Amino acid sequence: MAAGAAWAAADLFDVEDALAFASQQTSANVASQTRALTPPQADVVSALASRILPAVDGRPGATQAGALSFIDRALATFNAAQRPLYTDGIADLNRRAQAKVRGAVGFTALTSGQQDEVIREVEATPFFQAVRLDTIVGTFALPSWGGNRDYAGWHLLGLEHQMTFKPPFGYYDAEVNRRN
Amino acid sequence: MAPQSRPSARFRPNDLVDFVIVGSGAAGGIIAKELSTAGHTVVVLEQGPRLTERQFDHDEFGTFMRGHNINDPATQPHTFRPTPQAPAKQRQVLVYGRLVGGSNAHFTGNFWRMRPSDFNEASRLGGMRGTGLADWPVTYEELEPYYTKAEWELGVSGEPGPFDPPRSRPYPMPPLPVKSSGVLFERGARALGLHPQPSQMAINSRTYNGRPACQHCGFCLIFMCEFRAKSTSMAVMLPIAEATGRCEIRPNSYVAQVEIGSDGRATGVTYFDAAKRMQRQRAKAVVLCANGSETPRLLLNSASSRFPQGLANSSGVVGKHLMFNTYFEVNAQFEQPLNEYKSVQNTRMVLDFYETDPKRGFYGGGGIDARFGRYPITFALEGLPRDAPTWGEGFARELGRQFPRTMAFGCHGTSLPLETNSITLDPTLKDAWGLPCIRTTYTDHPDDLKNAAFLGGHATNIAHAAGALKVWAAPVVAQTLAVHLLGTCRMGNDSRTSVVDRYHRTHDVRNLFICDGSSMVTSSRGQPTETISALAFRAGERIADFAKRGEI
Repeated sequence: MAAGAAWAAADLFDVEDALAFASQQTSANVASQTRALTPPQADVVSALASRILPAVDGRPGATQAGALSFIDRALATFNAAQRPLYTDGIADLNRRAQAKVRGAVGFTALTSGQQDEVIREVEATPFFQAVRLDTIVGTFALPSWGGNRDYAGWHLLGLEHQMTFKPPFGYYDAEVNRRN
Repeated sequence: MAPQSRPSARFRPNDLVDFVIVGSGAAGGIIAKELSTAGHTVVVLEQGPRLTERQFDHDEFGTFMRGHNINDPATQPHTFRPTPQAPAKQRQVLVYGRLVGGSNAHFTGNFWRMRPSDFNEASRLGGMRGTGLADWPVTYEELEPYYTKAEWELGVSGEPGPFDPPRSRPYPMPPLPVKSSGVLFERGARALGLHPQPSQMAINSRTYNGRPACQHCGFCLIFMCEFRAKSTSMAVMLPIAEATGRCEIRPNSYVAQVEIGSDGRATGVTYFDAAKRMQRQRAKAVVLCANGSETPRLLLNSASSRFPQGLANSSGVVGKHLMFNTYFEVNAQFEQPLNEYKSVQNTRMVLDFYETDPKRGFYGGGGIDARFGRYPITFALEGLPRDAPTWGEGFARELGRQFPRTMAFGCHGTSLPLETNSITLDPTLKDAWGLPCIRTTYTDHPDDLKNAAFLGGHATNIAHAAGALKVWAAPVVAQTLAVHLLGTCRMGNDSRTSVVDRYHRTHDVRNLFICDGSSMVTSSRGQPTETISALAFRAGERIADFAKRGEI
C-alpha cells in the first residue's frame, strides 16, 4: 500500500492541462513575469510564502525555491479555479494589514512579525490553506513544475538528488558497518 | 540501461490469434510470456501508454497529485459508498497502474509468499459467521513450485526468516544492504524478543539475468525503475514474450467488452484504440488480467441476453468479496540522520504476528516493516507530528531537521472477504468512453481494524525499544483508498460460489480465463504480488497445456 497515497483521493485541482509546464520552465523573475497574478498580488503571495517557509539556518526557503513561480503558473492553468480564492484572500490580507498598521499600503508593508500576526488571524481560512499547500508543492515538487529552483527545496530537507547512492546511507547503518 | 526489445509481432484485429490478454501487469505479463514461449500467438491489450526508461521520472507531484501513471479520475471516474444503503459519491478510492506493466511497474517490490495456513484458514478456524472466508482450491504445496519459479524467473533478493514456509530453492539473490531504518528496527524488535528478518524484495541486490543491481536512488514506491533493477513484468516478462515473435503488446487499448458467440464461447474482445475508435480483436481464448476492479467491471459490462447478470457470473459473486488489505503507519523520529530517502523502501520486517491467533479475539494477522514513508511534498504536508508548527521558522526548521531523522513502521494486514464489499456498475455515471463506471462499496470488517490497531501497537513498541525520541500515529480508521484490489472473481471448486476454477478457467465460459488479484480467495498478509505472480505462472502453464490438448 502506498504511504501518503491519501493524496490521490484529494484531487486538488480540476483541469488537467499542466503537462505543458514541463517543457516551458523559465527562471522565474518573480512578479514581472507572472501570468495569473498581478504584480501587486504576486508580491503579497510571495511575502506570504516566505512566511510559511522562511529561509532558516542558512537553508533556502520558499522564496529561494521560487515557489511563487509554481503558484502563478498553476493559477494560470490547472489551478485556475482557485483564482477567485486567491484574489479575495489577497484583498483580505491587505485590508487586515491596513487595519493593523495605520497608513500601511498592504500586507507587504508590514514587518515579518506583523505579517505573522495577520497570518494567525487567517490560519484556518481556505485561502491560507490553499497558499500553504501551493507553497509546499512549489518548494518541493520537481523543478519542471516551475518551482523548487535548482532543487532548493530538497536542499532545505537535506535531500541530495542523485540517481545512485552507495551504502552506508545514514548514521545507524554506518555505525553497524563500522562495528562489523 | 539495456534497451527494451521492440515489438516483433504485429497482428491485425481481424487476425484470429490464440489468446488475447487484457492487462499487462504482474499477471498479464507473466501469462503472456508463458503462452508465447509455449508457441501460442498472443495479443496483450493495455489501456495505458507504453513508456520507456527515458520517460520515467521522480515526479512526486505528478504521480501523487496529478494522476500520472495511474487510473485518471477525470476520464475514468468512479463512485464510492461505505455500505449498500449509503448514497454513492464520486471519489477516487481505487488506484492502479495505467501503463504497460500495470501496477506492477511501479510497485514497491515487496515479495512475500503466503504460508500453508493462508490456504485453509476457513476450515482451520471453523469458518467465520457473516463473512465469505473460504479455503482456496489450491494448497501451498501445489503453488510452491510456482512461487519458486516467480522468484527465480523474475529475480528476488532475500533470506528465509524463522517462520517462512518450506521452499524448494533458496532465494536467487542475497538481501539488499540494510538501511538505518532496518538497523533500528532490528534493534527494537530483538529487544522485544521478536524475529526481524531482511525484507524480501523483487529488486536486484546484484546483477541478475542481464539487469543491474539496485542503484539506491530511492524512488521505488509508485515510481518505475530507470535501471530495470526492479523485477517486474515490464522489465522481465514482456521483453521475453515479445522476443518470441508471437506476442504483440498493444498499448492505449481500452477494452469495452468480452464478445460471446452464439455457441456461448468467447470470440475476442472489443476495445477503443488511442483515437477512441472501436476495434475488435478476435481470439480463440480470452484471458482477463485487468486487476481486481477492472476485471469484474469488464465482466459486468459484458452482460448479454445469454448472461444477463454479467459474463461468467451465474454464481452472482463477480465483484463481491473485494479486499484492500489494511495499511497503517507508525512514525518515529531519531537523534541521528537515517536518510531514508536513499535506497529501497524497506530492508527489515517482522512476521511474528502473521498467523490468526484466536486468543487475540479477532481474525487476522500481518507483518510490520521499517520504511522510508514519505517523499518531500507528502513529508511537508503530513510527515511531522501533530504538535509541530505548520508554518513559519519553526516549520521550516523542523522539516530540515526531521526529514533525514524520520522513519515509518508499515503495518500490513488482512482484510476479510465480505459479500457487501464489492465492485458493481454505477447506475448512471459513464466514463470518457461512454462505459458504465465502477461503484465501490467498502467498509473494513471490525476485525480488520482491530488487527491494524494490534499491529500498530506492536510497531509503536518496536519504535520505542529502538530508541526513538518521538513516536506517533494517526488513529486507525476505515480505509477509503486502496492499491490492493483483491478477491472479486474468486477461485473455487464450486461453480455456485466462485467465478473461476482451480486453473483459472471461468466456470461458465470454457475459453475465458481470469488471473489477477481478483482470483484471490483470502487477502494475504498485505503483500499479494508474489502470490498473484505464482498463480499467473501456474495458470499460464496450465492454459498452454489445455490449448495443446485441445481442451479450450
